[in-house]
Amino acid sequence: MNPKKPKPTAVRIETPTPSGGGVSRRSFFNFLWGALGLAALAELVWVAFSFLSPGKRSAGDQPANAVVSAGAVESFPPGTVEAFQRGQFYLVRLDGGGFLALSCKCTHLGCTVPWVAKEKKFLCPCHASSFDITGNVTAAPAPRALDVFPVTIENNIVKVDTSRRIKRSGFEAKQVTYPPKG
Amino acid sequence: MVKIIRNFASFFNLSSRREDPGSPHRIFKTLVFHIRPRMVAERTLRFTLTFGLGGTAVVLVTLQLFTGILLKFAYEPFPVQAYDSLTRLQAGLAFGQFIRNIHFWSANFLVGVLFLHGLRVFFTGAFRPPRRVNWIVGLSLFVLVLAANLTGYLLPWDQLAYWATTICLGMLEYIPGIGQRLQQWVMGGPQLGPATLRNFFALHTAVLPVVIVALMTYHFWKTRKAGGLVVPHSPLEVPEEKPAMVPSHPNLLLREAAVALSAIAFVLTVALLFDAPLGLPANPGLSPNPTKAPWYFAGVQEMLVHFHPTFALLIVLAFALAAFSLLPYLGGSAGSTGVWFISAIGRRTAVAGAVASGLITPLAVILDEAVVDFAGWMPGWPPEISNGLIPAALFIGLLAGVTIAIKKAFRAPRPETVQALVVFLVVMFVMLTIICAIFRGESMALRWPGI
Repeated sequence: MNPKKPKPTAVRIETPTPSGGGVSRRSFFNFLWGALGLAALAELVWVAFSFLSPGKRSAGDQPANAVVSAGAVESFPPGTVEAFQRGQFYLVRLDGGGFLALSCKCTHLGCTVPWVAKEKKFLCPCHASSFDITGNVTAAPAPRALDVFPVTIENNIVKVDTSRRIKRSGFEAKQVTYPPKG
Repeated sequence: MVKIIRNFASFFNLSSRREDPGSPHRIFKTLVFHIRPRMVAERTLRFTLTFGLGGTAVVLVTLQLFTGILLKFAYEPFPVQAYDSLTRLQAGLAFGQFIRNIHFWSANFLVGVLFLHGLRVFFTGAFRPPRRVNWIVGLSLFVLVLAANLTGYLLPWDQLAYWATTICLGMLEYIPGIGQRLQQWVMGGPQLGPATLRNFFALHTAVLPVVIVALMTYHFWKTRKAGGLVVPHSPLEVPEEKPAMVPSHPNLLLREAAVALSAIAFVLTVALLFDAPLGLPANPGLSPNPTKAPWYFAGVQEMLVHFHPTFALLIVLAFALAAFSLLPYLGGSAGSTGVWFISAIGRRTAVAGAVASGLITPLAVILDEAVVDFAGWMPGWPPEISNGLIPAALFIGLLAGVTIAIKKAFRAPRPETVQALVVFLVVMFVMLTIICAIFRGESMALRWPGI
């Protein structure tokens, strides 16, 4: 800080360097200590980070009820939206009869979007994004369509796999699952 | 008896060096003067140099530690129990509601006081060398206090806490590259749940207090190293080689005590009159309408209404933090220190910046709400461009325009121009905060408050 004040000069103990001109024993050990210290620090940080990371779940931890049986095909009239609180998704039956399972989390910041039946759209209460019945964005700031979960229909029962969230930029026909004909 | 006092005195290294070593008064003074300076520059004592803001912040942090430790004895960090433990605390424990009120209000005041303290340091030039590093330490402390506030906000586990935290953590996802992993890491899983509460509780009650207190100590030590507070001298004056010094006791200590007691009295009064809010228990299936971030993040939330999240975050976090950290290195050297707003030109440009921002910000918000719709005008373009790049470019263009206009109109030197730009940004941020916190109602639509 103060330039007038002379800095105390450190007392150096000179150690003879080997005549070969290589590294002295002292500097070699100093280097070794430094390197070991850094390695120990890196290990500590690594242990702390692994301890704190959310962790790789083993198969046993997967919730057994990840696949939600929503109900029989006929119980969902075309053009309607049914909320499933437990799986956090909406089961949508489009006018064409196909099924779509939409995540109820707004793609903007994760608020739950309620279905407003009167206006036929999902309206986010947090930043006023809105989505149509297929999950497409009709008003920003949401950057992409609502996520979907895979829908399967077995023995006339609609099932939704809530463990596999699929991100998409917009609605495409191939995302819709139709009940088998006949 | 005397022997006991003498032994006690040896705790503070007083031994028998001076006369009357065992006097409690001396013990106190020696301890105090190990922390506070013995002498202070007379001109730094003027109240309008600092408004006692740094000291008030220390008092509030102390209140936080004291009430926080008490609350920790009553709180249970598990999703459903958390809310129950709060209702039990408020209804059943003696002074439970009062202690929580103090903790709540003093946390909120701390954000405001630190914000003003930062402005004070900036506008009196106390961020210039030799106080550059301490400016960055102070900024870090502000960020840490915001983190402490945010982590504390979740703990009551009511609707307010759950959804405000959801949207705050939702912002993390948009940090380019590491966003999603960072979000998962902070949340402790794919969504807000018991793991998030556990993480936030640990951060709030162990990690952050320790780091904040440690960094505060460093902050004060650096202030002492810089020779105490910045000694005011005007542009024409040659800085004194040795400013007139007066003993800290009673000159400084009595002033500090007055500020501390006033701050405590104020917090206690507010805590007696107004209860800390506690909404309905958290319901992950239902976002209240509207869902707002805590008020100190409302400015950021307002930006999210207007910009694509990646750009809102880049502008707010990266740009603002980088710019404010670099201020001592970019601001140029001013002719004065310790003088509010540098000089006469500085005062005029600061007012110009404030007025310009006060007019432009609400106008821009209303315009964007009513007229501008880049996404609609540019169908087929990705939202990163229509809602991100284009408004961001306009924003940076606006800043450049304001800078040039002020430089030209006032023939302002560099420090005064930089200062006016900072005033512009600060007023803008304050306006955005007010707009989001007060002027937005259901579905985040603009409305007049109270209607």
